[in-house]
Amino acid sequence: MNSNIRADFSAIADWIKPHSSLLDVGCGDGEFLEFIQAVKQVKTYGVEISDQSVLACVSRGLNVIQQDLEGGLALFEDKSFDTVVLSQTLQTIHQTEKILHEVARVGKECVVSFPNFAHWSHRLDVLMGRMPVSKSLPYHWYDTPNVRVLTIADFELLANQIGLTILDRVVLDGGQRVNWFSNFFGSLAIYRVCSTK
Amino acid sequence: MSSLNTQLHHLQFFEPIQLQSGASFGPYTLVVETYGTLNADCSNAILVCHALNASHHVAGVNEKGQVGWWDNLIGPDKCVDTNDYFVIGINNLGSCFGSTGPMSKNPSTGEPYGSQFPVLTVEDWVKTQERVANHFQIKKFAAVMGGSLGGMQALTWAILYPERLEHCVVIASAANLSAQNIAFNQIARSAIMSDPDFHDGNFYAHGVVPNRGLRVARMVGHVTYLSDDDMDQKFGRTLRRATNEAQDYRFSFDTEFEVESYLRYQGDKFSEYFDANTYLLITRVLDYFDPAKSFNGNLNEALSQVLAKFLVISFTTDWRFAPSRSREIVKALLDNQKEVSYAEIDAPHGHDAFLLDDPRYHQLIKAYFDQMKREK
Repeated sequence: MNSNIRADFSAIADWIKPHSSLLDVGCGDGEFLEFIQAVKQVKTYGVEISDQSVLACVSRGLNVIQQDLEGGLALFEDKSFDTVVLSQTLQTIHQTEKILHEVARVGKECVVSFPNFAHWSHRLDVLMGRMPVSKSLPYHWYDTPNVRVLTIADFELLANQIGLTILDRVVLDGGQRVNWFSNFFGSLAIYRVCSTK
Repeated sequence: MSSLNTQLHHLQFFEPIQLQSGASFGPYTLVVETYGTLNADCSNAILVCHALNASHHVAGVNEKGQVGWWDNLIGPDKCVDTNDYFVIGINNLGSCFGSTGPMSKNPSTGEPYGSQFPVLTVEDWVKTQERVANHFQIKKFAAVMGGSLGGMQALTWAILYPERLEHCVVIASAANLSAQNIAFNQIARSAIMSDPDFHDGNFYAHGVVPNRGLRVARMVGHVTYLSDDDMDQKFGRTLRRATNEAQDYRFSFDTEFEVESYLRYQGDKFSEYFDANTYLLITRVLDYFDPAKSFNGNLNEALSQVLAKFLVISFTTDWRFAPSRSREIVKALLDNQKEVSYAEIDAPHGHDAFLLDDPRYHQLIKAYFDQMKREK
């Protein structure tokens, strides 16, 4: 696990109440779920589309539901989880607004994280005429699973437009917290949000 | 590879069982096949429930040379490893592979039960299976599992005896039959009952078997177990012709297409080994299955007391028990915050996929059972 991921996990863990319920939307191989179960004794479920990831989660003994996120979270009732986590998944989903509405519907609170396209190194790459390839955006333009590239400023604008209240924000770079000019120095943004009452 | 330690049992139950219909039935015999070894604290037992036309013969090769219906999944070093688990296959009451059923002699008349055999439900079956568990002194199964109608039995175990199973594996199943499903069953039953050789279910006395009806019943059923694409792949519009023969139509009603030949073969084979009354009985068991019924149709309430951890699996091309039907079970479990994993396997083989060895499906079962072993 690289330092950024660990920092990502522990930043999210700070927001999770022990023994609460948590849904990880786009849970991958279940690494975060295993981590958060161990540190906070939460009741967890994951949602994943990929066969390999579902298999990995089952191998870890995690609850996992195979489902295409583009179809929303129809299996889950309103406010049925204390926290819904959408960790570095937002940028892979076409229906951005729909999935944000869905996580905010199902979770009393939500954690949304994504790689910040406006990190200075990405800006430099684009300035030099190339699409960025970095630790936080490790793919080439032609093989990336990311279908939406966004920045910290973009997300905050959209959150406001679609009725999400930002409760908290952590921005990281290389595993360290970034406290100023975050949209320039941050490579990963993590938000705690809820639907605006 | 270690060998499959197989034991065949004919278990007799003298105490009559109270059926859901209100009738009571017994004594009766259940044929049971077991694989592997039950451990000292009886905690490694897995009950495998069969679907419409299968039996207690789940794994290995029996004395007739028949391979068990889930042999690709269950056995030494297989996904459900009989080196670790004691696996039990039970031929259900009313079936026709040795357990008491319509073919068996009614002790009060000395004749086969025929149409006098009571109508059963999944709940009735599970109650008879519970007696088998008691026979082996199994207080809690490591898992109860099944596909299709077998999955319905596993689900019913979790509802009726929540404390007696650790895991519940429900594959290609549903919480009840749709109207379309019941309709297919009714077509099959009509075919059997309208066969002149059926004699209101008492054909044994006439020395005949309603083969024609059974054949049609099987053909209809079989088509619903396959997917359109799969049938197209297997048969397409290929004509039944020798290699060098002309591909012209013969303008007759004899077997023209490969698919017809295949269906006739399936129908013939089936009518030779399966009892017509059992077919009626088991399709009715399917129709009646509806655990939510006694909870005003509310599946959430029906599942509110379950304690087992669930693995639910469906297949994308299964239109007889479509993924949406499995998702209903998953949703009810999620609404109750029960432990559940759900996989939707993108396999081309329709409902029959649960019997085939798609690697994604089998890897998943293997991972689940391996993890079960680590939990202990």
